[in-house]
Amino acid sequence: MAFLDKHKVIETNATLLMILSLLVVTIGGIVQIVPLFYLENTIEKVEGVRPYTPLELAGRSIYIREGCYGCHSQMIRPMRDEVERYGHYSLAAESMYDRPFQWGSKRTGPDLARVGGRYSDEWHQDHFTNAKSVVPESVMPPYGFLFNNLIDGRYIQDVVATNRMAGVPYTDEMVENALADFKAQVDPLGDFDGLEARYGEEAFGTPINVRNFDGTDALTEMDALIAYIQVLGTMVDFSTFTPVANR
Amino acid sequence: MWDYLKLIGLGLLALLAAIAANYAHDLAYQVNAVTVMLAAGISFLYVLRTAGDPRPNLQHEYFDGVVRAGAIATAFWGVVGFLVGVVIATQLAFPQLNFEWAQGYLNFGRLRPLHTSAVIFAFGGNALIMSSFYIVQRTSAARLFGGSLGWFVFWGWQLVIVLAATGYVLGATQGKEYAEPVWYVDILITVVWVAFLVAFMGTLFKRKEPHIYVANWFLLSMILTVAMLHLVNNAAIPVSIFGSAQVQLYAGVQDAMVQWWYGHNAVGFFLTAGFLGMMYYFVPKQAERPVYSYKLSIIHFWALIFLYIWAGPHHLHYTALPDWASTLGMVFSVILWMPSWGGMINGLMTLSGAWDKLRTDPIIRMMVVSIGFYGMSTFEGPMMSIKAVNSLSHYTDWTIGHVHSGALGWNGMITFGVLYYLVPRLWNRERLYSLKLVSWHFWLATIGIVLYASSMWVTGIMEGLMWREVDANGFLVNAFADTVAAKFPMYVVRALGGGLFLTGALIMCYNLWMTVRAQPQRVTQHAAVPAE
Repeated sequence: MAFLDKHKVIETNATLLMILSLLVVTIGGIVQIVPLFYLENTIEKVEGVRPYTPLELAGRSIYIREGCYGCHSQMIRPMRDEVERYGHYSLAAESMYDRPFQWGSKRTGPDLARVGGRYSDEWHQDHFTNAKSVVPESVMPPYGFLFNNLIDGRYIQDVVATNRMAGVPYTDEMVENALADFKAQVDPLGDFDGLEARYGEEAFGTPINVRNFDGTDALTEMDALIAYIQVLGTMVDFSTFTPVANR
Repeated sequence: MWDYLKLIGLGLLALLAAIAANYAHDLAYQVNAVTVMLAAGISFLYVLRTAGDPRPNLQHEYFDGVVRAGAIATAFWGVVGFLVGVVIATQLAFPQLNFEWAQGYLNFGRLRPLHTSAVIFAFGGNALIMSSFYIVQRTSAARLFGGSLGWFVFWGWQLVIVLAATGYVLGATQGKEYAEPVWYVDILITVVWVAFLVAFMGTLFKRKEPHIYVANWFLLSMILTVAMLHLVNNAAIPVSIFGSAQVQLYAGVQDAMVQWWYGHNAVGFFLTAGFLGMMYYFVPKQAERPVYSYKLSIIHFWALIFLYIWAGPHHLHYTALPDWASTLGMVFSVILWMPSWGGMINGLMTLSGAWDKLRTDPIIRMMVVSIGFYGMSTFEGPMMSIKAVNSLSHYTDWTIGHVHSGALGWNGMITFGVLYYLVPRLWNRERLYSLKLVSWHFWLATIGIVLYASSMWVTGIMEGLMWREVDANGFLVNAFADTVAAKFPMYVVRALGGGLFLTGALIMCYNLWMTVRAQPQRVTQHAAVPAE
């Protein structure tokens, strides 16, 4: 094995060993990751997917903070049982504003990619407080404390602006009105025309959910979380979707 | 002069941390800032008190103080990680243990990243840092490079662990599995990791042995690759420098690909390449036999590090990731089976001519079982990466079982073997306190893993089948909740297995403690002699 004897050169030279191993480990990642940013069919062209409203964004950060992704996926695979149980299989376009993505890897609880609109706000309030009260078999922890955590949207404008900096197409208007939109979404009796104009039917094809999500007078983390849950999987207009075979 | 610079730097850091704590946007950030302030303050006092002390020239001696500290930290964080694991396993069986009064702080969702990080990065990380410092010095016949740089790496890593762990419980996470620490912890990790690389490479540069021993190839590739993975996967923009909130640089499908490129190679390099480095040094040492095949080690080293990086997309089969990427991931995962077993063969066959030691030496037994589990999980992994298998196994407990047969069986057992090997040598003791207790540890851990893995096979395959079961009319037979209820008995078995594993680790701690406390000193001094 004369060829392997040449390996002596590498194993007597620390710099060479370092450079070569670094080169060898970079190749796979370059081939698999870089094209995803350039190939046009990576993300399907569909209508309806919009950036999250400020309140939904806040709810999403609570979802992440509580580690929901450890037990719930947001990625429906195109198998018969999954499509039947959860709805249309997930598109890449549906998570294109998710930073980070929340596809998950484990279903200790069911998939949530299309849970939006499937249950009432009241169901979610009960379920978050005590999951067994609505699903006796559930092993989900209690999240009633979210009712006690008041939020005022103090930093929400920064969050929206940072998302824009990262590449989410929030407009100047959306950033400027972040706090107003944040509060408007839980107040169906107030003035939410601006919110609706920026994120709603006119702009993206689906009206915004404007409700008192947690059923209490205060603006709480429960409002934000339920607002986020209720929008999951409801954005895409599937009449504009044609699957691409070569994807 | 150097001391003055250190004092200025530490003082400044403490001050900045105090300011940061004052302006904090969220509780986790505030607690972390106070922690950093305290750490900087204590380091400041230590440097101040020892400034100007005469420094003995220790260049002829190995730097083993940091390895001793690493051994203690490995055992400590191991127990912590296993304990949190048993707690969350029990929470899944008995959800009322997600206490209402804890206001969410101790819910499964927040403890789960604590468990995974404690086991992978605290237990595994300390084991890797400690053993690479030990190995690189012995095989280079040189003292660790960089003066007290080793101590910086050690204490920096402990600080990372404490910041990350308190952050998770208080709600600071970036929401990417196995990469949960937020941006400022990520920066600290980068600094510590670069210091680790400098200490390691510096020692290689000043080695007195012409050849770089095979264990060091694996350790070096681990350090380099983990640095690359960490930097790319954690790219994010902080919302404010006074808060833990941040926005990821990648979104959706690209973020998923980057995440599992990272996630799978955290397994591939942190938990595999690095631990193979440990195997290549400690198994031949304990068996008193040379490595079985030098040529095999060359081939499997380059093949392993080249192929592993491609395997990430098998975590994303049938998802919105384009097909070409997931197929590539599957193909390379299956090929990866070969270099993985190359490592297993090289480790196991090192015992050729010394198999009788299995009967007399429980430490060898531990190492052999760990290599066995390595072989088993590197067969199971490629199998699960095949799309048809994955369509059943993905999202189920089978994955959890697979991970644990690797983590408990391979990483855990080899680390226990290494600790049993190292502690008498590091503290200059003649022998371990009790080989009988090692045997107890061995059997408890092995039975624990078997209970764990088999219960997860049962629940995983069961729920996979239940989810897809349809009746004659084509309707789904089971509600999701039915599968949750059906898993209960196996969840109890799993928690029991974890409990046995934890008990074994506690016995190990007692044994090691008694070894240091009660065993007679060995007479020889350890001067820097080349590895034989």
